[in-house]
Amino acid sequence: MADSPLWMIWPGNAALSALVWFVIAMPFLYAARTPVHGLLRSLGALAGGPLRLAARSLLATARELRERNRAVLLAQGREESEERIAREFERVAALVKRDLEGYPALQRRLLDEITRVEEDYRKCGEVPPPPPEWVEAVAAVAKIKPNGNELVQHLLEEINVSIKAIHDKALAEYRRSYQARHKILDGFMPFWRSLDKTLAQADRKMTSLADRAAAIDAQMERYEAVVKKSDKAEHALTVSAATQFFIATLVLAIAAGGALINFKLIALPMSEMVGAGDYLTASLRTSEVAALVIIFVEATMGLFLMETLRITHLFPRIHSLPENMRKRMMWTSFVLLLILAGIEAALALMRDMLIADKQALLQSLAATQAQAADGWLTGIPTAGQMLLGFILPFALAFVAIPLESFINSARTVGGAALVVLARTAGVTLRVAGNFFRQLSKVLITLYDIVIVLPLLAERLAKNARPPAVRSGRADLKVGERP
Amino acid sequence: MRRRAFLLSVPLLGLAQALGCTDPRSHSHAVYLLVDTSGTYAQEVDKAQLIVNYLLGSLQPGDSLAVARVRSRSFSEKDIIAKATFDQRPSQANAQKRLFKERIADFTASARGSVKTDITGGLIQGALFLNETGAGKKTILIFSDMQEELDKSTIRDFPIDLKDIRVVAVNVVKLNTDNIDPRRYLGRLEDWQKRVEAAGAREWRVINDLEHLDALLKS
Repeated sequence: MADSPLWMIWPGNAALSALVWFVIAMPFLYAARTPVHGLLRSLGALAGGPLRLAARSLLATARELRERNRAVLLAQGREESEERIAREFERVAALVKRDLEGYPALQRRLLDEITRVEEDYRKCGEVPPPPPEWVEAVAAVAKIKPNGNELVQHLLEEINVSIKAIHDKALAEYRRSYQARHKILDGFMPFWRSLDKTLAQADRKMTSLADRAAAIDAQMERYEAVVKKSDKAEHALTVSAATQFFIATLVLAIAAGGALINFKLIALPMSEMVGAGDYLTASLRTSEVAALVIIFVEATMGLFLMETLRITHLFPRIHSLPENMRKRMMWTSFVLLLILAGIEAALALMRDMLIADKQALLQSLAATQAQAADGWLTGIPTAGQMLLGFILPFALAFVAIPLESFINSARTVGGAALVVLARTAGVTLRVAGNFFRQLSKVLITLYDIVIVLPLLAERLAKNARPPAVRSGRADLKVGERP
Repeated sequence: MRRRAFLLSVPLLGLAQALGCTDPRSHSHAVYLLVDTSGTYAQEVDKAQLIVNYLLGSLQPGDSLAVARVRSRSFSEKDIIAKATFDQRPSQANAQKRLFKERIADFTASARGSVKTDITGGLIQGALFLNETGAGKKTILIFSDMQEELDKSTIRDFPIDLKDIRVVAVNVVKLNTDNIDPRRYLGRLEDWQKRVEAAGAREWRVINDLEHLDALLKS
């Protein structure tokens, strides 16, 4: 018995002891009902209120961010569309200048050829001269009936012979005339071909112009959609930005691989220049940093080269430079890049020599016979390294293009990701806030269930009172505050 | 390693430039090799050439190496056979290493045994040399049977200072007496370990298998 806890009124029977305690506590719990309800409600509001407030704030931020992203995206899209349309017009202008500039000459040539063909055609249409007038006289004589007169017979035979001779002559003349016309028609062919070629050329130019016009139409439609700030245009721009972002990231990763190879090529020989024993940090040698600096300088020169060539648009100041200054800067960047590429090629050669020297030393230390080197075969890696050292700086220069795409698209993709993050956080906080509010209600109900007996008694007592006394309070249900 | 250094260097470079400073700590490694030429151990001196060759192949530009012999009294610069702090430029460092190798080859060809063995004197001389180099990592290699024999007038029974120095005993061969009672050998090594550790050495190690010389410079 001595082992029983203090709270056990009925030693050895915990359930009964708990029941007794419950019965004792019930009046006190009933008495404390109103403040406990208030406390639970306050706790629910205390936990849920700030959470809901934070959720509202986050959702508002997400909305604001989305609006801002939309504005930026549409502005970018508008600018991009304008640039594309301008580029299309430039192409059309170039086409017009190139093709239609020669159009008067083309037209004159066409007219000349047509005139010539018409003349020839007219010549073809000329019929042979009609038979002479005496043919009619001959016809009248031919109508004379033979009556056995020898003179008439002889005359008719003579006429027949003459007519035959004349007929043969006229036929030959007629054939000659047709031969001449056929010759003229035969001479048509080159003109027809030339005419056909000229017309096909004109048709091609016109088709090319029509294609450009169609492209301009498409760009204009897109531009109009962007100007109208339609959801479709926004969606298209977002998808385009996301695609650009992933492509640019991929290309930048490849470029980073190239930079790593470049770094490996020049890190060792740089130690010959700046020493191998200096360290910037515990694991980073000064020679490695020097190699990195060279790579960064190359990338920067490449960036400037691309900017001055107007391929990228990262620095507005460069674009606003006067033309001669821009060209000067372009040549400076190119020459510096060329010098750095030359230095890299030399460093790559030095790397090969250093490795060979180290190898020779190690072989002499190991007391092993050095293998005879095959002249030109061993030269291949050296030449390859030098070539790689020369090419890589120029290849790195093109990093500016994906870098620009990456920077431009990262704003859109990052903004969209931020909106999603803010929304998710807002919804989560809202759910948590509601949970605490509902939890306080559940606890209030549970509390009333615990003290259900006094509450029933209260209701019975109220019902027993006269209606006048109960007025104003009789409509209260169990569990509700007075 | 290089790749990691490359990736790490990008932000670190900016940071270092912003701070305008470089790492002031020395990252070079200085090694002092004591070669025992006393008594029967003199015939092992050819093996020392292997160790020197390994060290020449492993040490980097900027590192230091000295080879000294252990004689009856070894606390003297005259006992240093060859010493060099390799140039920062790899090509020059390689040339120095070739010269160093030749000097050691000459020494092993003409090495003569000494009567007594003053390892303690060599250790003190080695510690002085290593501290003078200012290297970040310092190692004394003792190519010996670790059996110290001093004449009566040589005093070495005082505490020595080997602070921050790794001490590695290499090719500690067993003497005839060790074969009779191995406790002598084990006790000898234990005594040296206690003495070296009491002197403040960073590490004590014994390497008898010359096939695994890569542990020489690894702490």
